Amino acid sequence: MAPASHPSGDKRFKILDVTMKRHLYQHDALIEVLHKAQELFGFLELDVLLYVARGLKLPPSRVYGVATFYHLFSLKPQGEHTCVVCMGTACFVKGADRLLAAIEQQAGIKAGQTTPNGKLSVMTARCIGACGIAPAVVFDGVTAGQQTPETVQQQLKGWL
Amino acid sequence: MAEFEPVLLRRILKNASPSLEAYRADGGYRALDKALAMSPADVTKAVVDSKLRGRGGAGFPCGVKWTFLPKDHPGPIYLCVNADESEPCTFNNRILMHQDPHQVLEGMIIASYAIRAQVAYLYIRYEYGDATRAMQQAIDEAYAAGLLGKNILGKQGFDLDVYIHRGAGAYICGEETGLIESLEGKRAWPRIKPPFPAVEGAFRKPTIVNNIETLACVTHILDRGPEWFKSMGTPADPANPRDAGSYGPKLYCISGHVNKPCCVELPLGVTARELIDKHGGGVWKGRKAKAIVPGGISMGFLTADEIDTKLDFGSLGPFTKNGCLGLGTAAVTVIDEETSMVDVLYNICRFFEHESCGQCTPCREGTGWMLKIVDRIRKGLGRAEDLNILEEVGHQIGIMPGTTICGLADGAGWPVKQAIRKFRAEFESYIKSGKKTHTLQLVAAH
Ligand SMILES: Cc1cc2nc3c(=O)[nH]c(=O)nc-3n(C[C@H](O)[C@H](O)[C@H](O)COP(=O)(O)O)c2cc1C
Ligand code: SF4
Ligand code: FES
Repeated sequence: MAPASHPSGDKRFKILDVTMKRHLYQHDALIEVLHKAQELFGFLELDVLLYVARGLKLPPSRVYGVATFYHLFSLKPQGEHTCVVCMGTACFVKGADRLLAAIEQQAGIKAGQTTPNGKLSVMTARCIGACGIAPAVVFDGVTAGQQTPETVQQQLKGWL
Repeated sequence: MAEFEPVLLRRILKNASPSLEAYRADGGYRALDKALAMSPADVTKAVVDSKLRGRGGAGFPCGVKWTFLPKDHPGPIYLCVNADESEPCTFNNRILMHQDPHQVLEGMIIASYAIRAQVAYLYIRYEYGDATRAMQQAIDEAYAAGLLGKNILGKQGFDLDVYIHRGAGAYICGEETGLIESLEGKRAWPRIKPPFPAVEGAFRKPTIVNNIETLACVTHILDRGPEWFKSMGTPADPANPRDAGSYGPKLYCISGHVNKPCCVELPLGVTARELIDKHGGGVWKGRKAKAIVPGGISMGFLTADEIDTKLDFGSLGPFTKNGCLGLGTAAVTVIDEETSMVDVLYNICRFFEHESCGQCTPCREGTGWMLKIVDRIRKGLGRAEDLNILEEVGHQIGIMPGTTICGLADGAGWPVKQAIRKFRAEFESYIKSGKKTHTLQLVAAH
């Protein structure tokens, strides 16, 4: 029996229901369901995690454990825009830390943080397989190669 | 020797369309036809005879692994395809999936037939959205054309379903049992082996885990035969019965301080010098190489004097003169003479400290200690005894010393041991003078 939807009446929970149903409420679909939840809600609030736990009939500890284990799941709200600096070795030896320093200075926050106005989140990543165009930075999901402190600052200008 | 003709990149280099139609026009799925005319055991035998070794890092003979499945198992048996491609500086799986997905899919179908799997899971790291979409498109086309589903190509009783499973950002999902745990929707905590996946893997059923490039090779082995495959590469040393040789083509990724970072396909056994000078356009800015990572950062370093080392399974290894961990993913990263090895090692240690899954105390704590010590040297606060401590920790963590569950810890300790063995004077000079590394002078410490 499918569980009743969320009491808030928020439509996004209905979409999440459909995703869980499509995966037949199987336990191994947890990661995929969390991806969907993060896509819908922007981040994984405790309430959402509990909802998923109930839907898939999993202990909340299991859902929380998975949500905190994988680096791409976020339990805090993210900024409107994201900027992810690759810190893989190929990018690092080509100056990724200088890019990050320039970004942190411009945005006034450290990697892993979001600007107080909620506009921008700055993150670091391990190698994203774009080493051919190192150093690489991902702006809102789009990978840009051969970056310099100037090009990243230019890109972020409109986002702050 | 005749000029080498690319095999795995053949269609990609001529910008051929990734569609099923174009792939078939280029002779695609001919290998599957040939395989289906043979018995599964004969397909396995062809792969055993080809001496194909796994391209995912460990170099285990692919066909031999398939024979480890229990005989006459009632099923289900699973194929798990490892497309987590997490070793830093490695991007060949991405190219194969994104630009020639049917070549990979054909290998998956052939392998599934050989091992009698009716379900194949394709585990792709989340970051590879482009590759995931290309593979899904290829899978959809294959279903429509009867290459997947029931009674494939009219072969009674050969059914196969393929499912894509996306990761969520964790290096340890590349380790085969971590991958299986993740596939089951759990934290990717590697399992204690034995039992090996071939006996008890995904959902506690016999499972074969293979890398994308390995399976792409399977396609061509079935098409052109094991002898053709063995005509490429470094033959086994007849004087060494334990040498399994390094046969076939390999995708080498070249990155770091070279003029033209790229991915090239060459027969196994090319030297680092040839890769860097001929294919990577030489070291950038007219500089010299100081160190070369031969196959992903877990493998250690080659020094400039070791640049003529062949990059194959036999020439790199714990018992060779260079002492690298192995060929790994054959991802070559060049580090120029102006770069501080302390900085490079710091970057590597930070990676492993972050990616350790935390199950084994020696790995969880050891990677953290190594990071702390290297960070202190980088900041000019190193102590005389630090290098010995680093080496000691590096020696103590891993499956080789027998203190951890998986090989991540070996890969974390190896670059540390090698950096100190091969670049000791540089580390000592930082410790003695108390100077900060170059990068740290340029940017604030993170
Ligand atoms: C820490 C760690 C990370 C690994 N990452 C990968 C990876 O990203 N991709 C991969 O194919 N193999 C990876 N491997 C190797 C796999 O465990 C396994 O040997 C391989 O997928 C088997 O396929 P093959 O025999 O076709 O190479 C990793 C191993 C370890 C110990
Ligand atoms: S060696 Fe490290 S990564 Fe591997 S299982 Fe143990 S703690 Fe996890
Ligand atoms: S190291 Fe940055 S993309 Fe590979």
